[in-house]
Amino acid sequence: MAIDTGGRPLSPHLQVYRLPLAAILSITHRITGVGLAMGTVGLICWLMALASGEQSFAAVQSFYASWFGKFLLFGYSVALLYHLCTGIRHLFWDAGMNLGKDEVERSDKMVIGGVVVLTVVLWLVALI
Amino acid sequence: MKLRSPLGQARGLGSAKSGTHHWWVQRLSSVALVPLCLWFVFSLACMSGADYSTVQAWVAQPWVAVTLILFLSAMLYHSQLGVQVVIEDYVHGEFLRIASLVMMKFAHVALAAAGIFAVLKVAFAQ
Repeated sequence: MAIDTGGRPLSPHLQVYRLPLAAILSITHRITGVGLAMGTVGLICWLMALASGEQSFAAVQSFYASWFGKFLLFGYSVALLYHLCTGIRHLFWDAGMNLGKDEVERSDKMVIGGVVVLTVVLWLVALI
Repeated sequence: MKLRSPLGQARGLGSAKSGTHHWWVQRLSSVALVPLCLWFVFSLACMSGADYSTVQAWVAQPWVAVTLILFLSAMLYHSQLGVQVVIEDYVHGEFLRIASLVMMKFAHVALAAAGIFAVLKVAFAQ
């Protein structure tokens, strides 16, 4: 939707402004953070089942072995590795480093590449 | 013209009364979590398909139990700091905001207690 501003600059507005990749990665960092907080419940259930005995551990393990359980584990692992990679970039930004446009576009690629490589390596380790 | 009192300026805590504490501990916990969560996910990946006694024996090793407790503490601490900001940003209405903040903090403390207890129980049972 084009807005007639009479030639005056329009400040970025979420509904009409095409977000740059870095902004999409940044909001996804926050979304994955919330997802990971929820995923923690699954992790604690696994540990509590381990502490409760062989039967409850087998029940939780069989859930994680189901297709839905595997889907959750895969989602959790991608979200964690994503949040890790974008989080490291946020630490550099917080230190005032790599804030230029070209540097940000380069680190966009490094972050996405890092997530893909780490995810592939993690699941190769898990499945082999 | 400066409107801040000399004492306020010296304390550097601003209008929110906590200064940069929240921001700083969120960064500090994130730095701790870089090695901790990489260690955790790759340890789990190495143990995929392992049976009950193998996982139990793994957790019961002293350095594993300690590192797991460090990971759980740092992760849940970092998590409640992050979710707090998300709630403060998006939940409007004072009652709903405070209620969800309180519930969220309680849930994180409960999860931390459960996780750390589970690790200790397995570690001391061996």
